[in-house]
Amino acid sequence: MVDCDIHNHLTEDAVSKYLPKKWRDYDRQFGRRMTPGDFYPKATPMASRTDAWPPGGGPPGSDLAFLRKQLLDAWPIEVGILNTLISVRNQFRDYDAALATAANACQVAEWLAPEPRLRASLLVPYEDAALAVAEIRRHAGDRRFVQVLIPSRTSEPLGQRKYWPIFAAAAESGLPIGIHFGGWSGGHPISGAGWPTYYLEYHTGMIQTFQAHLISLVCEGVFEEFPGLKIVFIEGGLAWIAPLLWRLDRSWRQLKAENPNLRRAPSEYVRGHFWLTTQPIEEPPEPSQFAGMISGLGMDDRLLFSTDYPHWDFDNPDSALSSFPGPSLRQKVRRDNARALYRLD
Amino acid sequence: MAKHIVSTVAEIPPGTRKLVEVAGRSIGVFNIGGEFFALRNRCPHQGAALCTGQLGSAVTSPGPGRYEVDRAGEILRCPWHGWEYDVRTGQSWFDPKGVRVKAYETAVAPGSALVPPATGLLPGPYVAETFAVSIEEDYVLVEV
Repeated sequence: MVDCDIHNHLTEDAVSKYLPKKWRDYDRQFGRRMTPGDFYPKATPMASRTDAWPPGGGPPGSDLAFLRKQLLDAWPIEVGILNTLISVRNQFRDYDAALATAANACQVAEWLAPEPRLRASLLVPYEDAALAVAEIRRHAGDRRFVQVLIPSRTSEPLGQRKYWPIFAAAAESGLPIGIHFGGWSGGHPISGAGWPTYYLEYHTGMIQTFQAHLISLVCEGVFEEFPGLKIVFIEGGLAWIAPLLWRLDRSWRQLKAENPNLRRAPSEYVRGHFWLTTQPIEEPPEPSQFAGMISGLGMDDRLLFSTDYPHWDFDNPDSALSSFPGPSLRQKVRRDNARALYRLD
Repeated sequence: MAKHIVSTVAEIPPGTRKLVEVAGRSIGVFNIGGEFFALRNRCPHQGAALCTGQLGSAVTSPGPGRYEVDRAGEILRCPWHGWEYDVRTGQSWFDPKGVRVKAYETAVAPGSALVPPATGLLPGPYVAETFAVSIEEDYVLVEV
């Protein structure tokens, strides 16, 4: 089994050890500017399972030994992919770049080196493409980093050209771009209609950010420019995608003249360039509706199992995988698709 | 169905719980204001250890902007996804018709009624693990 979304928590102290003195001093004196994504109080402390707090202290996901016990050893997980969610989006870009570099060094030393089952997503200061590209180049060839991580709440839709150098560097290094639930936009609300009230609205409404990125990446011609680019939507849901593609394809046929960059139907770009993680798995009241959704999606080779450990909306592999119809598809979701995408050999 | 001795009364003060193994099942035994309730320690949603979750209140709303809180300490929240259950019945709080956790009958009996040759009782782990039933104490029984 491959778990494509595990959240190790790098505490401020852990990251600080890997900062150069200038930035360690800055960190101590001024601190980080915000706690992005935390504007909505989560369902539980640290948005985590209440049984995930390590007995030896520290926040959920901060203790490798406990993570092994509660996740890696509890199920037959061959490879787990770490998506650490510390913010590298503090508005002060040089500081963001220093934090990303330090966090990546911390991950190598304290997570990837001692636990060979783990791989990690590379943190980059994604709102400054030049600094992000430098971080990608710094780790080029280190196969323990399997993708470049960008949270879904960015300042602009990800198809915008300011992000293209990141895509160029990632494609050149053979790294997918993993877009994960969360982050901080820098000001605009999570919903297309303003700021909602409840965490329930935020948690459900996050799919709007993924929808915006999917449409933007396709319509801006990103996949014409970078034919080797791979995008992974992490914790973005599955069930909304097929209906959106039906709508997008229909509109494209009518509006082709507006955007001649697109030489294929939008759904072809999506099915050719996107991968999707499963958690939180949709749970329709009638299980057959799930199978119908998967069939309409038509991306059997692109579905990647994930638990989201240690977060409160964790999916148990035993129950979540059983939603997928048929042993052959379950095997793809559970293991084979991730092994192929991330070249886990 | 048999009654199993799972604990002394003194061991589970009001507001607390004890996890026990009975007939191969993990069960949570809760004391709510002196009454005992027993629930299967497995959430029917995705299998988390339900009885390790937090106990809270029932919050209801007769209309937007109005809130009512009652049943303090009687609603159990799953440690994973926060599904809520009524400790007294095992019924889920959010979908009482659709989701239920197995609830077991409980009883309290004095030790004097439990020592041999009392009939209809199976010795539970409490007896097996450590010490014999003492006639001076009261015991919690779970029927499985």
